[in-house]
This record gives sequence, C-alpha cells and structure tokens, in this order.
Amino acid sequence: MTPSSRSATALPPADRVVPPSGFTARLTGFTSAAMAFLAVFALALSLASGRLADRWQAALAQSATIRISAPPSQIEAQTAAVLAILETTPGVADARALTEAEIAALLAPWLGPDLPLDALPLPRIVEIVETPDGFDANGLRMRLAAEAPGAVLDDHTRWRRPLVAAAERLRLLGLIAIALIGAATAAMITLAAQAALAANAQVIRVLRLVGARDAWIARAFVRRFTRRAFLGAALGTAAGMAAVAALPATDAAGAFLTGLGFAGLHWLWPLVLPPLAALVAWAATRAAALRELRRIT
Amino acid sequence: MIELQKVAHSYGGGELFADVTLALSPGGFFFLTGPSGAGKTTLLKLLYGELSPSAGQVRLFGTPLARMSRDDIAFARRRIGVVHQDCQFLDHLSLAENVALPLTVAGATTAEADADLDELLAWVGLDTRADALPPALSGGERQRAALARAVIMAPDVILADEPTGNLDWDMSLRLLTLLVELNRMGKTILIATHDLALIRAAKSQITARVLRIAGRRLQTAGAEL
Ligand SMILES: Nc1ncnc2c1ncn2[C@@H]1O[C@H](COP(=O)(O)OP(=O)(O)OP(=O)(O)O)[C@@H](O)[C@H]1O
Ligand SMILES: [Mg+2]
Repeated sequence: MTPSSRSATALPPADRVVPPSGFTARLTGFTSAAMAFLAVFALALSLASGRLADRWQAALAQSATIRISAPPSQIEAQTAAVLAILETTPGVADARALTEAEIAALLAPWLGPDLPLDALPLPRIVEIVETPDGFDANGLRMRLAAEAPGAVLDDHTRWRRPLVAAAERLRLLGLIAIALIGAATAAMITLAAQAALAANAQVIRVLRLVGARDAWIARAFVRRFTRRAFLGAALGTAAGMAAVAALPATDAAGAFLTGLGFAGLHWLWPLVLPPLAALVAWAATRAAALRELRRIT
Repeated sequence: MIELQKVAHSYGGGELFADVTLALSPGGFFFLTGPSGAGKTTLLKLLYGELSPSAGQVRLFGTPLARMSRDDIAFARRRIGVVHQDCQFLDHLSLAENVALPLTVAGATTAEADADLDELLAWVGLDTRADALPPALSGGERQRAALARAVIMAPDVILADEPTGNLDWDMSLRLLTLLVELNRMGKTILIATHDLALIRAAKSQITARVLRIAGRRLQTAGAEL
C-alpha cells in the first residue's frame, strides 16, 4: 500500500471505533422495523377515523328542522318567534324559513304535484344549520314550548352525534397508540444501547485513556443506533404501507367504515416515521450513553 | 507539570504506599523502579488521573485532580502520553488506526493526521505493519506502537510503564534512544522499569532521576546505579 492511501484510512470514523456488536444492533433494527409497521396501521386508523368524523360532522351541520303548525292567524307570529329564539341560541350557525314553494316541493312526493296549497293549512318549516359543537336540543325545546307552542323540533339525524364523538375518540386512540409505540421503541433501544455500552466497557476504557470525552464516546454509539433505527423503521414503514395499500378496497356499502387506509396526500404521513424513529433512537441512546458513562468510571 | 503531594493509595486493603511527594518538572527524565507489586503501575495511574489517591493531592498541570471535571481530565490526558504496561489497543482496529486513536477522539481531520502518522510509524520502524491488527503483532511491535500512540498528540509528558518489557536489548536501546530524543525536544519523561541496565544506559546519555518504591515509600535511589 502506498503511504497516502493508508493514511487516508488511518483515522477510523467515530462509529468504527466501537466494534460492531451483533445482537444489540440487530435488536434495534428489528424493533424499529416492527414498531414502524405497527405505527403505519395506527396512523391509518387515526387518519381514517379523522376523515369519518369530518364527514359525519359535515352531514350533521344540516341536520335539524323546526316544524310550526298553528292556526293561520298565529303562524306568522310563531315563525317570527322561532327565528328570534334561534338567533340567540348558542350552537346555531344559521336558520331560515323555507318558502311555500320549497315546502310544496318537499310534499309533492307524498301528496302529488297538483296540490291546492291554498286549501291546506301548510306547516312552516325552519331549517337549522348547526355549528360543529351543535346546540342543546332539550334547552331549545323548552324555549320553543314556552314561546311558540306550535313549533316542534325535529333533530332525527342527531343520533349520529355520538358516532362523531366515537370517531374522534378513535382518532385520538390512534395517536395515543403511535405515542406508545414511540415510547416502547425508546425503551427497547435504551436497553440495547445499555447492553452495547456494558459489552464495550474495555473499549470505553481505552478511549478514555487516550483522552476521549464522554460526549464523543456517546456519539460513537448514538450514531450507530440512530442509523440502525432509521433503516429498520424505513423497512417497517415500507412494509406497513404496502400492507395498507393491499387491503381489500371498500365498495359503496363498506364505505360506511370509510376503509382503513390512506387517502391522497395522507400517504405522505407514514414517511415521517423513519426520521421520527431515528430521532427517538438518537435521544434514547444519547441519554442512556451519557448516563452509563457517568456510572462507569 | 504533574505533582503528587503526600499521596497514598490503597485498593481497599492496606495502603500500597503513602506519603508520596513527587513533582514531574518540565524537561525532566525520571525512572521509577521497585519490586513487582510495589505499586509502580498504580503510581502511574495516579499521575494521569485514572485513579484517585486515597489521601493527599494530585495536580495535573496545576489543577487539583479532585476539582477536575471528566472533560477536564480528558483534555489533560491529551497532554500526557502513556505507554501502558499492557498496551491497551482496540483489537478490531489496525495498528495505524490505534496509533491515530488519540487524534480521532480529539476530532482531528485526516489531513492533520496524515504527515504525523507516516513519520511516526517510520520513526518506530512500523511503517510496514500499519495495517496489521494488534493481536497479530509481536510484543516488541506492540510496545513500539504504544510509544507511537503515546507521542502522536505531541504531549508535554510521557509516562511509560515497562516499555522494554518485551524487547531484546538492541530494541530496548532503540526505544530508549527514542525517549531520550523526545526528552531533548523538551518533553518530560517517566519510565517505570525493572531493567537496571536500561537505567545505566540512559544515565550515560542524559541526567535522569531514579526513584524507587520500597517499603511503602518513594525514595530517590542512591549510588548503586
Ligand atoms: N485494580 C486493582 N484492584 C486491587 N488490587 C490491585 C489492582 N491493581 C493492582 N493491584 C494490586 O496492587 C499492587 C501493586 O500493583 P501494581 O500493578 O501497581 O504493581 P507494579 O509495581 O506495577 O508491579 P509490576 O512490576 O509487576 O508491574 C499489586 O499487589 C496488585 O495486585
Ligand atoms: Mg506494573
């Protein structure tokens, strides 16, 4: 070998200074891969239930109506009273009385198109657009009973409201699952790093004898674990995404469940997992290494 | 540079030695002798801060060891080159990489290391063995490599523990010549050795102080040398 080519390899890179330790590195890679795989599903669950919640929420917004039946002499006054009440009701974004033509259109399927409207005491219908939080239906009923006795609140689609809450809870559970997966990964990598440090006590001793600072020694370990975690998580994420993509497509009927999967740009979210795993590994290994190094004197 | 004041050390049992006072002055050349097990290696470990004394004070470059942080000790060790009795190499790195290790951990760049390393390996006669792994080296090769590693940071002080333990007489003299050369460059040298012939050979070239651990005390050796 020529002197120059040998010299180029004479300074070992920091992570080669620590001998490759088989099982701790493999454990880190495997854990990261498995955890990333699981995290992809937790993410898919979270995003899918988020979509479900949003869609149901949107459907809920136009859910409620108020029907006012009263003698012709009172109907105008009661309609005005109902609109006034709705204006001061929290949770009501908008309220509008339907025109006679709109009501006739609604009734036409039932009563035929040639209805002599003038001959019938048609009820008035007020359509309510809710805010996302919704209104207090019981409170509204009580006020209506007091001020507009002919008014009946019809909120038959409100049964979906608990479903929206459930979907939102599911989204939160997905996020909690991701956090737990992260914590479990950190714990496993911490253990692996501790084992690696313990197995390399003699190497650490030599590094110290030649003037290595704790931070430098820690870095030598941290780099290796960070790289392993990143590669493992990248593999796990790819496998997870492939598995999600391979889920049977949901047809219109199954769409009730919206299908567990990613939609559109949501496919980019899992790509966050490998860097995130690397970050978790970096933080966990660094903390473990500095702690262990303080212990080993 | 390095001072021991009324230092004692024990490994938990009785004291190995006590009341040791020693100042390694700049440019000095010291020998440390004493029977096997007297505590020569232990005394060296105190001098570079691997051990803390059970009594008394150690000062590295003016700072009491007890008041130094771990980082302070790391930086001080870069100014103290040590040839360990058992060499202390990393067996998975090549000889050249081991010699360059102090530069690596100090964050030196490859370019900085380049010239130093080639020159140094040639100086200790190991330029052809640069890629060998430590377990494949002979005892003498190991000790010369250890000396190369000890001096690569251009330290102010060099502590050598039995550096000629595995060498034949010719090689011992060569190594001594290297250390004398370093001393003439202004380095402080301390050699722990059993080898009285080596001490005599050194005294014919330079003025050396000979210290001796005996009866749990450090004494200046007399005219028998
Ligand atoms: N880490 C340790 N723990 C307990 N006892 C130790 C330790 N290191 C050394 N000793 C004991 O301390 C005594 C002095 O050891 P030391 O290595 O300093 O002697 P030495 O003078 O260098 O001997 P040699 O000439 O054989 O190298 C020995 O009896 C040894 O067994
Ligand atoms: Mg010894």
